This record gives sequence, C-alpha cells and structure tokens, in this order.
Amino acid sequence: MLETTSTSLIHARGLTKKFGDFTAVDAVDFDVARGESFGFLGPNGAGKTSTMRMIGCVSPITGGVLSVMGMDPATDGPRIRANLGVVPQQDALDAELTVRENLVIYGRYFGLDRVEVARRADELLEFAQLTERANDQVEPLSGGMKRRLTIARSLINEPTVLLLDEPTTGLDPQARHLLWDRLYRLKQRGVTLVLTTHYMDEAEQLCDRLVVMDKAKIVAEGSPRALIEQYSTREVTELRFAPDEAESLDGRLDGIAQRVEHLPDRVLLYADDGEAAAVAVHERGLRPESVLVRRSSLEDVFLRLTGRSLID
Amino acid sequence: MTSIASPRQSSAIGRVFEHRLLTYRRTFRASIFSSFLSPVLFLAAMGIGLGAYVSDPTAIGGVSYLVFLAPGLLAATAMQSASFEATFPIIAGLEWSRVFHAMYATPISPRDIAFGNLAWIAARLTLITTIFTIVIVLFGAAASPTIVLAIPAAVLTGMAFAGPIAAFAATQKTPNRFSTIFRFGITPLFLFSGTFFPISTLPAALQVLAWFTPLFHGVALTRALSLGVAADEPIAMAVHVAYLSVLAIVGGSLTIRTIGRRLVRG
Repeated sequence: MLETTSTSLIHARGLTKKFGDFTAVDAVDFDVARGESFGFLGPNGAGKTSTMRMIGCVSPITGGVLSVMGMDPATDGPRIRANLGVVPQQDALDAELTVRENLVIYGRYFGLDRVEVARRADELLEFAQLTERANDQVEPLSGGMKRRLTIARSLINEPTVLLLDEPTTGLDPQARHLLWDRLYRLKQRGVTLVLTTHYMDEAEQLCDRLVVMDKAKIVAEGSPRALIEQYSTREVTELRFAPDEAESLDGRLDGIAQRVEHLPDRVLLYADDGEAAAVAVHERGLRPESVLVRRSSLEDVFLRLTGRSLID
Repeated sequence: MTSIASPRQSSAIGRVFEHRLLTYRRTFRASIFSSFLSPVLFLAAMGIGLGAYVSDPTAIGGVSYLVFLAPGLLAATAMQSASFEATFPIIAGLEWSRVFHAMYATPISPRDIAFGNLAWIAARLTLITTIFTIVIVLFGAAASPTIVLAIPAAVLTGMAFAGPIAAFAATQKTPNRFSTIFRFGITPLFLFSGTFFPISTLPAALQVLAWFTPLFHGVALTRALSLGVAADEPIAMAVHVAYLSVLAIVGGSLTIRTIGRRLVRG
C-alpha cells in the first residue's frame, strides 16, 4: 500500500494554503524522491512551515494536490503520520518526564509495544549522544541537547520520511555542527529528509536539492551547486566603503563585474574572477575599507532572485 | 523502514491516557494524601463542628447535619477537581509544553487527545470520590449501602463540568479567564446548589436558577443515594442523570472540536 507507482515520496501540484484572506502557500509544485534530502530555503514568513505542516498531515490543504507516500493527507492522515518523523520548530518535549521517558511515551503513541520501544529508546539515546542524561529531567538540558532529543524522538517509529522545521535555529555553531553530523548519518542510512531553513550554509550542507521560497511561492529549484551556477557567478567580491565614499560611487564600478549589487553596508561584485575584479577596483582609484573575495553561495542566489537578504 | 503502524482508535485513546498516568506518577503520593485529608477536615469541621448547632433536622430530611452534608460535599468536590483538571492541563498541552501538538504528529488524532484527557479526568475523579466515600463511611455518615452508587454519580457530576470547561479551556491562550470561571461559577455553585443547605430555603427566583445548575442535580442524586431514598423518586433521579449526561456528552464533543481547531492552527 505504501509503495507509489511514481518514484516520488511526496508529490505536490498547485499546493495552496490560505488563512482567511492571507495566502501562506501559493500554488507550489514540488516532488521529493525516496532517499533524497530536500530543502525549503527562504526567509521567515515565506510559507515554509505552512508547507511542512500540510505534508505532516496536521494542517489541511486549501487547494491543489498533495500526496505523501502515495496517500492522501485528507483521508489517510493517521496512516501517513505513522510513517513520518517530525521535528517541529518548537521542541514540545515533556518537561515533567525524563529524557528517556520522553522517547518511550512517544513510541507508545505509535502503538509500539513496551519491549520494542525500550530497545529503540536505548539505541536512539546512544545515537543522540544522550545516554548519560537518560534519567535526567528535560529542563536543564542545553538547547542543542533538547534538539537532539527531539530528533531522537522523531526517529522512534523508524520513519520513512523525516520532516525537520528549522532544525538548528537558535543553536550555537558547535551544537549545529554536531546536529548536522547526526542528520548526515541518517541520510546515509537512506532516510528521506525534508527540511526548512533560512540558513544558506545549512541548506548547502544538508540538501541534495532544494526549492527557494519567497512570499508564498517557489522562485527556483535545483541542487545548491546548480542554483549557484544558474543564478550567480563563480565568485563574489565584497567591498566595504567609508560612508562618504559609498555615496559618490554612482557608475564608477560599471563594467568591472557581470553584476553589481548595492547593499546598505557593502557592495557585491559578481564576477567569475573575484581577484581580477578587486584589482580593477583599485585601478579605478577607488579605496574600499575592506575587500573580501569569496565563492558564491545560496545567499547570493536568494539576493538575485528576490532583491533581499535571507536574514533581515 | 516502511512498517505500517496504525493503531485502532480505542488504543490511541489509551496512549493519551497512558501519558497522563506517567506524569501523574510523580505526584501520586501527595495527591492520595490530600484526597484523604480534605474530606476528613471538611467533615470534621462542618459536619461535626458546625453540625452541632443545627437544631432542626426536619428541614434536612430528619438526618443529622453530617449525614446531610457528606454526600453534598462529595458531589461538590468532584466538581472542583474536575474543573481544575479540565483547565490547566488542557492549556498546558496546547500552549505551554505543547505535548498535544507532539501527539498530533503521530497517528493520534485530536479526538483521541480529547477523549484520552476526559477519560483521565474520569479516572482521577473515580479515585478521589472513592477515597471521599470511604471517609464518609468511616465518619458513620452513610445512611445506606447505596452510597456505593454515589461514587459513579459524583463522577458523572464532575464530568458534566469537565466536558464544557475543557472545551472552553482549549480556546484559551492564557489562564486569565480560568479565575473568572472559579470565582463566578464554581464557588457560587459550591455554596448555593444545596451542598450546605437545601435550596428550598432560597428565595423562589434563586430556586429556579439553582435548579438549572448542574451541581444541584449532582448533589440531589448523590444525596439520595447516600440516604438510600433514590428508589422513592425514580423520575427525579432519571432527570438528574439525564441532565448531567447531556452536559458531559455535549461538552465532550465540543472539546473534540475546540482541541482539533487549535491543533490544526498550529
């Protein structure tokens, strides 16, 4: 019953979500293949969470078509959810229970018997590097530990698809890298990952393929590398000018790069050879306070597509 | 990896109940102790202490004040416990710990969450009212063996409150309005629904008002069973049971609706 005739595990066409007059998701199309890790990249309010909640069968669709593992969320919600793992934006852990009890009771929600759920809980504590904290209360745990516990909890039913909504938002860099490492292991085990993020580095680290969302719509789709190739140059030269010099720049950078982007705090030169662009700036007698040549990222893709930064 | 686990609804309700039981284990002893202590104090102070000044037993059915009061307190206690259990734990699951949202990400449905929590409240009330009834018997305040049936009667009384109040609690984002319920709903009912004195002593207009309150029916039913006079008024008893049942059932189905709406909203 679960196998679908098409290869896609999640299939959406014209998928729409409205709250009254407000359109949170506006006729988006996407497919997620088995074993893939797929991302929704976009700023806050782009419609990523609304899309995830529809996939998670906790928010009914307003229009279009959505199938998850070949089933219809409107009629098969509980059966679909039985095979999903969900890491929501807010952990929703039970502070009245211990770390291990949180896993055990969650496994019971899926109807797993006590022996099986105990075995899986111990395994997942190990995976989430929380074995030493098994019998502690949840509250004193750090943000990164709570997040790892939430991920462990989402795996208790051995899901086919793991949905992660902003998995590392609010975590410090070390905690993020630890989490990414765990998610990468899951990906290698063949778990299909679907995540939302507004961090371009996270999308680049974890996603085989992603869609860029802005204002309820999908504005681009592809692998991180393909998107960068399509919408940006190989390199970017970032220039920072003193405030008075920044005002008298008009036209003086023309022709140096394929594209020039003026941001409030800096100027971006999009060129395949960033060093050459930096040299050309100096030859024109301009003296920026700092020059940084870097590779293009998804941030540049987003800027190109929407004219705005990912994080405001 | 694609194991199909789609538990039947009855067992899904059981899982929600199991969650409440797991969290209850931590406060179990303190809870049992206060369930004993509270009726002991009330019956000693009001039934025996205050009751000594009640000189006219004819107005209260020719029994001692203690015997009159005990079943009324039993029903009123069920009301109070049910009201508490239907407010804070519901808003906690939806707003504070968000555990209901975590449950909804599994095969458990809003209906299971509503029924699981109401079933838990019914279980809590059974425990509390059983302990209360044992205390009544120990005080020698039970006039008839049919007091055993006062336990389910008191539980039903509590559920007539738990259903509608849980339905309301699921619409709230903060507990601010709960104090309004307790101050202007539960406390006046506790005082004026026949728990401490028969409503026949109230002015006529208030008697009519009292008749419409669920606690009046709960007290009347519980008291008749404790005094062993229920069989004398079968129609009145049926009306009490029907009135309380309708409130519990309507409240329960409204709770499914309001919890569902809240979970879908996110």
